[in-house]
Amino acid sequence: MLLKDEVGMLQRVPLFSGIEPTKLKLLAFTSDRVSYSAGQILFRQGDEGDAAYVILSGRADILVDSDSGPIKVAELAPNSIVGEIAILCNSSRTATVRAASQLEALRIRKDHFLRLMREFPEMTIEMVRVLADRLNHTTADLIDARSGK
Amino acid sequence: MEPSLARYIWKHTKKQQIWILLIVLLSMIPYFLSFDLPKLIVNGPIQGRGFEQPGATHPFMRLHYDLPFIGEVQFFSGFQLDRTATLFALSVVFLLLVIINGLFKLYINTYKGRLGERMLRRIRFDLVDRVLRFPPVYFKRVKSAEVATMVKDEVEPLGGFIGDAFLQPVLLGGQALTAMLFIMVQNFWLGMIAVVIVLIQIVLIPRMRRRLIVLGRERQLTARALSGRVGEIVDGIGAVHVHDTSNYERADIAARLGLIFKIRFDLYQWKFMVKFLNNILAQLTPFLFYMIGGYLVIQGRLDVGQLVAVISAYKDLPGPMKELIDWDQARQDVQVKYQQVVEQFTVEGLIAPRIGALAIDDPAPMTQPLSAISLSIADDGGAMLLNRISLQVKPGETVALVSTATGGAEALAEAFARLNWPASGRVASGADDLHELPEAVTGRRMSYASSDVFLFQASLRDNLLYGLKHAPLTPVTYDGVAAAQRRWNINEALRSGNSDLDINSDWINYASVGATGPSDLFEAVRRVLDAVVLSRDILDLGLRSSADLTRHTELARRIIELRATLRTRLEHEGLSGLVVPFEPGAYNKEATIGQNLLFGAAAGPELADRALAANPYFASVLRQAGLDRTLYEMGMEIAEQAIELFADLPPDHQFFQQLAFMSAEEIPAYETLLQRLKNRPYEAVAENDRAMIVTLSFAYIEPRHRFGLLSDELMSKIVAARNRFYENLPPELQNAVERYDPAKYIAAATVMDNVLFGRVGNNHPDAPDRIRSIVYDILDELGLYAEVLDVGLDFNVGSGGRRLTSGQRQKLDVARALLKRPDFLILNRPLSALDQRMQEKVLRNVLEEARRDGHSPAIIWVVTNPSMGMMFDRVIVFDSGQLVEDGTHETLLAGNGILKELLS
Repeated sequence: MLLKDEVGMLQRVPLFSGIEPTKLKLLAFTSDRVSYSAGQILFRQGDEGDAAYVILSGRADILVDSDSGPIKVAELAPNSIVGEIAILCNSSRTATVRAASQLEALRIRKDHFLRLMREFPEMTIEMVRVLADRLNHTTADLIDARSGK
Repeated sequence: MEPSLARYIWKHTKKQQIWILLIVLLSMIPYFLSFDLPKLIVNGPIQGRGFEQPGATHPFMRLHYDLPFIGEVQFFSGFQLDRTATLFALSVVFLLLVIINGLFKLYINTYKGRLGERMLRRIRFDLVDRVLRFPPVYFKRVKSAEVATMVKDEVEPLGGFIGDAFLQPVLLGGQALTAMLFIMVQNFWLGMIAVVIVLIQIVLIPRMRRRLIVLGRERQLTARALSGRVGEIVDGIGAVHVHDTSNYERADIAARLGLIFKIRFDLYQWKFMVKFLNNILAQLTPFLFYMIGGYLVIQGRLDVGQLVAVISAYKDLPGPMKELIDWDQARQDVQVKYQQVVEQFTVEGLIAPRIGALAIDDPAPMTQPLSAISLSIADDGGAMLLNRISLQVKPGETVALVSTATGGAEALAEAFARLNWPASGRVASGADDLHELPEAVTGRRMSYASSDVFLFQASLRDNLLYGLKHAPLTPVTYDGVAAAQRRWNINEALRSGNSDLDINSDWINYASVGATGPSDLFEAVRRVLDAVVLSRDILDLGLRSSADLTRHTELARRIIELRATLRTRLEHEGLSGLVVPFEPGAYNKEATIGQNLLFGAAAGPELADRALAANPYFASVLRQAGLDRTLYEMGMEIAEQAIELFADLPPDHQFFQQLAFMSAEEIPAYETLLQRLKNRPYEAVAENDRAMIVTLSFAYIEPRHRFGLLSDELMSKIVAARNRFYENLPPELQNAVERYDPAKYIAAATVMDNVLFGRVGNNHPDAPDRIRSIVYDILDELGLYAEVLDVGLDFNVGSGGRRLTSGQRQKLDVARALLKRPDFLILNRPLSALDQRMQEKVLRNVLEEARRDGHSPAIIWVVTNPSMGMMFDRVIVFDSGQLVEDGTHETLLAGNGILKELLS
């Protein structure tokens, strides 16, 4: 996959959809293209968060440690971004991400990511929107869960 | 040292000074003869006096003298020569005299120069010798750059003066006196006028010079302080930047330079003022001669002939007088400089020479206990660090010194290491005062390491073995020219009072490490490095540097085996995708196009980096392979993409680290180049511009940059070009590149690159770490671990060891102390830069390593954490300069004392 294809992929990621293509190209160029085979770990729960990943092709599982071993809590499809929370919060990874098939991803380093946010407010706003959206969902889920009880 | 320069010079060069004086006096004979000769030539053969008769002859070289009491004696009746022959003969004599005078001058100048240089060498050596014997406290007050400038610059003018120190006044004084006498003979009173003026000069000028001397001293002190400050700025550059004080430093330096300027300018003004006065006084004399002498002539009390004779005799006086005064000026100048330096180097409590005397044979082990007897140590301000401490450490005992913040345990360790001298009481080994023992005993049978490490700018190996270089142990045999050079070295060293020990001898004391020679030394080195957990770091350094193949032959010999083992291992672990190996007939996608084309490591500047595209031969190969246009177009594409991506970013943007093709500063240049070349046919582009563009394509790696510029056809063309390049490689480029050959070690590449012999895949983020750990394993498996460690030991630690981290420096210092297997090992918070866990690990290792092979040295360790005390036989606790607890760890813990408090 070439740089220009990656730009196309990035445009389909909601977080980056508002950013002009030349900036996305810069983001893609300065990121590392990484590939994993099924079963390889992108990062582990508890590691320091040093990069975010945009899945270009393939699938990955999000796993959370529990007393009875790791539990799969979600699955990542192409065009999704993962690992951005640890970067934003300066915290350690809250889950483990493992490739479920042959996986191609863009690895955006923490300092690059933060720099982009500082330089492109439209991206930051989009980011806030996505996070707020997630919070909305989580809140709705929480209400559902409580009322169901 | 002698306080007076004249006495110092006389003491060391008496004989030479007298010899040169004699030679100078001897040289006067041909000198004066050559004065007389022109007159003889002109009057005799040229004007024809004595040759009035045609065919008249004159004796030549007739030797006859009128001796008192004996009368005329003729030794040689001479040759009878006619007029022309006499002219030739006399001219030849004149030429001979010119040559003889020249030779005398050559000899005298060389002799004086050598005398001065020898003396300079002696002074410098004496000064450094003193530095080596200064008491430790002195170094707390002096800046190293100041000492260096004293030794190097301030004594420098002395060298030029020493040859003339005694010769000049004798000679010039003699000349001046002769001239004066001559005037007196002509006319006593006119002579007296000259005497009076000279006396005024002699009295007045030195008086005026006093201020010059004061200024000269100030100049020297301010210049010295300046170099001290510059040294400080260099050493403390980190602090300057961290605190944004660079402008404060600028102001400070500017102020100092201003002061120096003012002093120097004052100095000039005075100097020329003095010169002016001096000239006036010198001219005053003829003025008085003309006026008074003339008046006397008019009055008829003096005849004209006498006056003219006096005036012409006076011509010879100002010359020598002026030079004499200049000499005096130079004398005072160097005397001031010398005194200033000597004052700085005259220090109370200099270490006696016998303490540092050379001892070839190793001293007997120290079997007596080490003790402090009523020991008090004060800091520079007079505060007591230790107050009347008495304790004894027996041989073989391990002691932890635990200290509160003001405890003073460090001072005790420093006292045992003789780095801090007692204010009262003493430190002793058995019955001997420790300060009376020669360093040959304390420096070999005791060792010391602290948190304050000093490393020399040399290789890790040299720093590690530094503690073993006590004496030249092997005689070096020199042959031929080298032997003559060595003899000359010794001879000259002795003439200048220098040391004639041979620096090329093997100074390493193998026996103290338990080794027999260079071959088995490494085992001991490796053990201590393992003990301080430094081996891995050094191994990494070794992997990252290129090996010196004359020393590390094993690596080159087994490189094929090494590469094969790595391949097998990677395949075995299913990781073969991590490294793409270099294969002579294939394109390596993970390497740059440039690397694929050159397929070798550049060993010289001709084919390295940017020079590659511009190299005419390389360009011709590309042309023949039909690649020149393709790569040019590719470069244009890359330039466009790069500029599109990066042109808007500020030059310090961190994204530029990702841009391998050009630096931020080059972007504008490429922007204009691109505009100029766009739409221009390839044929019309100048060679230089082509190279600029083609260079960009050389940095391209498809999987990393993903511009989609590489096709299968292009790859096979590149491989073909590679072969073509090596087929016709011109002789001048033979040594500029080392071709990648799976069966050969590439000297210009790092050890790691040699082992990998390929490129690590760009899309595996953790690949470098995984590969490194595999390489460690393989090195161990093949027994090459030591070899690579040895390559790492070649690493130059930089000025003050700053290329290492402070933790690495401290570990190295402990390793160095451990290496010489001492009887008393004193460690003063040696690992403070490491975390607690690491400190404890190293502590355990060091205790074990020190006791290996049945050795049982006493270990005195000032610990950073009281809990470390449990690993020692005995714990001594200090508080406020007092010894407050002493016993085993268990008993002290049971006793509810300070240790327990510190631990809780």
